Amino acid sequence: MKTLSIKRTLLLAATVFSVYQPVLAAPVLVDTDADTVTLAAGHPSLKKWLLPDTPPAPPDNLSTPERVKLGEMLFFDPRLSGTGQVTCVSCHLPERGWSDGLPTSVRFLGEVMAVASPTIVNLGYNSIYMWDGRQPTLEKQGVGGQGVKADINAGMTHFGFKDGVHLTRLAKVPGYVELFEKAYPGQGITRETVAKAIAAFERSVISNNSPFDRWLRGDKDAIDESQQRGFALFIDPARANCSVCHWAPNFTDNGFHNVGLKSFGASKPDLGRYKQRPVRLMRGAFKTPTLRDVGLTAPYFHDGSATLLRDVLKHYARGGDDHSNLSPNMHALALSEQDMDDLEAFLHALTTSNKPYVYPLLPN
Amino acid sequence: MNMKAMPLITLAILTASVAAQASENEVSQKNKTFSVKTLKIKKGDTVSFPNQDPFFHNVFSLSPAKTFDLGSYPSGETRKVTFDKSGTVDVECAIHPHMHMSITVE
Repeated sequence: MKTLSIKRTLLLAATVFSVYQPVLAAPVLVDTDADTVTLAAGHPSLKKWLLPDTPPAPPDNLSTPERVKLGEMLFFDPRLSGTGQVTCVSCHLPERGWSDGLPTSVRFLGEVMAVASPTIVNLGYNSIYMWDGRQPTLEKQGVGGQGVKADINAGMTHFGFKDGVHLTRLAKVPGYVELFEKAYPGQGITRETVAKAIAAFERSVISNNSPFDRWLRGDKDAIDESQQRGFALFIDPARANCSVCHWAPNFTDNGFHNVGLKSFGASKPDLGRYKQRPVRLMRGAFKTPTLRDVGLTAPYFHDGSATLLRDVLKHYARGGDDHSNLSPNMHALALSEQDMDDLEAFLHALTTSNKPYVYPLLPN
Repeated sequence: MNMKAMPLITLAILTASVAAQASENEVSQKNKTFSVKTLKIKKGDTVSFPNQDPFFHNVFSLSPAKTFDLGSYPSGETRKVTFDKSGTVDVECAIHPHMHMSITVE
């Protein structure tokens, strides 16, 4: 009886404790937008970080399955280049986070380019394109990319190739004639329809179901405590201050910053955005990249100078290297090793887990 | 009356008159956008561009009617431009190019 009584008492105590144990309040902070946010799974104050299911598209190129399918084929098809040897996917590999794993890309005949290949993930959510922002839409970027001096052709006029040879080549492929007609009835195979189809495909490459996204939607176990601490550091203007440029929801402000890379201190540095907007602040400024799927897209920075995510974090922690035209948003940060572990863990929580990508069959 | 002083007095009166007519307008930068997309002002008017966001913005224009670069400045600060020529002036934030607006100077 006595044993039973003790057991009952313990059970009662356990029940009372479980009911009345104090609930730890979720951390609250004022983020880089001056919004007060509560760091709890599914909290309404964090909704701004959730991406829409589909990115916006221009009225004359709304996405359809036919357009996306055609665009995917063109993206992977070397017949799109003058030589018939280079494709979009040469520098934007799905297995490398739609980048290429190289510090700076290598194009036609082994020419090493000045900038790294940016991921195409979530491009559709952006409002300006290329590292220097010289293209306002995906469609215009696609048209520009088909020129003889574009990346895919590497200025091959000196090899005797004619501008637009790829259009003639595509028009001789019955499969493409049919696919273009289905996707863009009556519009033919032109620079514009090629660009539109590729843009439609690029808008379908989306990362919006990462552990972080699931946490935002209410799954409290989707990211661990370290990743939650990393997120808190990321958005806190008094700590890591990352979201001052890597805005919600696509982790970019579609803006331009000189982040103090050593390469800007070299003789004749790449002036970046300054070539488009000759304003002093833009000297050496490049577009803020998304951080969605960032764990897959090493190396980092527009010049590929950071091998690992940790190298990026250390760069920002020391406030950059070249201070000659440093973004006013940057300054040295007091981050411990634990802080950097947490930030790195958070950045890895931004990867949407995908199945291996199946390359498309190309038409004949 | 000293006749030589007349032109100077006239000039002073005219200058005072123009100064009295010139007005100051405000275009704030808040929630990552300019407070208005368009603004009509008169020649000689001034526009101030207060930064009411918690982070840096920049205001510049490369329009022939008024080329200026106010540099980057933080929350709470403001900088001013006087528009002394007629025309259309496209204004942009260099850091955040989606922030742009247009001023018509009459």
